[in-house]
Amino acid sequence: MTAPTDTSVVSMTGLTKSFRTGVTALQDIDLDIRPGEFVSLIGPSGCGKSTLLRVIGDLIQPTSGRVLVNGKSAHQARLDHDYGIVFQDAVLYDWRTVARNVSLPLELLRWDRARRKRRVQEMLELVELTGFESSRPWQLSGGMQQRVSIARALSFDPALLLMDEPFGALDEMTRERLNMQLLRIWDASRSTVVFVTHSIPEAVFLSTRVVVMSPRPGRIAEVIAVDLPQPRGAATREETRFFELVTAVREALAAGGGHDSGRTAATTTEERY
Amino acid sequence: MTTVAAGVEGRRVGFGETRIAPALRGLATFVLVIAALWGAWEGYKWLWESTGWTWPFLVDDTTMPHIHDILGAFREPVTTGGPALIHPLLDAAWFTAKEALAGFALGAVIGFALAVLLVHSRLLERGLLPYIVASQTVPILAVAPMVVIGLGSKGIEGWKAVAILAAYLTFFPVAINALRGLQSADPRAFELMESYASSRWRVLWRLRVPASLPYLFTALKISATASVVGAIIGETPASIQDGLGGAIVNFNQYYSLQPTFLWATNIVCAVVGLGLFGLVALAERLVLRRAPEHVA
Repeated sequence: MTAPTDTSVVSMTGLTKSFRTGVTALQDIDLDIRPGEFVSLIGPSGCGKSTLLRVIGDLIQPTSGRVLVNGKSAHQARLDHDYGIVFQDAVLYDWRTVARNVSLPLELLRWDRARRKRRVQEMLELVELTGFESSRPWQLSGGMQQRVSIARALSFDPALLLMDEPFGALDEMTRERLNMQLLRIWDASRSTVVFVTHSIPEAVFLSTRVVVMSPRPGRIAEVIAVDLPQPRGAATREETRFFELVTAVREALAAGGGHDSGRTAATTTEERY
Repeated sequence: MTTVAAGVEGRRVGFGETRIAPALRGLATFVLVIAALWGAWEGYKWLWESTGWTWPFLVDDTTMPHIHDILGAFREPVTTGGPALIHPLLDAAWFTAKEALAGFALGAVIGFALAVLLVHSRLLERGLLPYIVASQTVPILAVAPMVVIGLGSKGIEGWKAVAILAAYLTFFPVAINALRGLQSADPRAFELMESYASSRWRVLWRLRVPASLPYLFTALKISATASVVGAIIGETPASIQDGLGGAIVNFNQYYSLQPTFLWATNIVCAVVGLGLFGLVALAERLVLRRAPEHVA
């Protein structure tokens, strides 16, 4: 095992995914994600960012290349419950109350009732939904449902949180508020986050690194380190550096977006810490 | 957030205050509909009799007895000096309901088990489904004697054979709807379960089955009435005299003399079907507590 993989939460080398239809969704992906990082995957639709997330989660098998999660195979990591996942829709079970939705993974992990109850309380507190334990999912707004989904994903303390455009279906105001909450949750839980989005400001605001992807075939066009100070808040969005980084991501997207610009698509400036 | 909380609370309070009113409104509607049907029957009868119209059929006390005569028939003795009609009819209703209930339960279990089996194997689904569909194209009248005589030779009582016939009609809607229901969950919900490394068994009980319940109850409601019809029809070729099927055959023969007896029997059949349907609807209310738009 090579040196960086020992401390990486996610380590991908030479990852390629082709579908039977002949479409190459991912090609030659190399990416290391360190503990505590918040990495956004951004790119136009069809660039394979959701596929990449699912490969990390062992929900899709790569055609070739290697994926390590917590130093073991992605498959073993899934069996070990090493990650929690949040989708674009909250995917709550509407026959369960909010509390029972959050405790679903805990039931599957055979936690006892008292421990489950305590943890559900903690998680609902974390996502600021205390008092909604016995509500039904359909009684909550979209943003609240998504917070329940985040609480569920984090309930069993996974080292890694995979998020697939979690705020994509929400309005701009709710999205910005949830971005702030997510940063606070990330800070409190000290987990590593891989976050798929198509919003440039969202990616810059949340991330420690933004991975810009280009389509057909999906590959990493550029990796941009976000050096905005932590903790971030509403003021962060008004800093000059924020706008500079937004511009940098936008230009990287334009360069990798399939347009014939002078730059090669795969000028990967892999950031090593 | 607080406004949403208030909204949820507000809705709950609203429910509590008006819980009585819908029940009363439901009762009033029921009475009104009964009265309207009664009026339509008697009005039709009166109009056709007084004008002498014979299209589409002749209307007289034989083809369309008065409602009060039909209801009155319940108190008339079947044979001179014998018990009032209501007594043998209630016995027959209980007998048939027993067949229907047993058949319904058996059919529901078989149908659901089949659906669980098929949902886990595409090969089985492709291989078995055509035969399951084909089973329903065979008229029950053709199957009934075989089942009854075949099981009878094994010493199985007639009513049990009829229950199996009722199950034959019941299992099909359950199997088809449950199969659909077991597949109905969001694909992301399956991914979620996979992310937890859940076994098929757990996916079945934590996701597939709960997601299938609205579909299942729709099927059970169809099956509830179908099982009563199945039981009644099954009695006829089985020559079972103790149930409503036997009563229908019997009163059919005396229709020109006593039409009200057959009509009264029909009412009892309908009540048995409604009763079973009502039981399923009640169970659905108790079990399904979810988004209003998801209640089938």
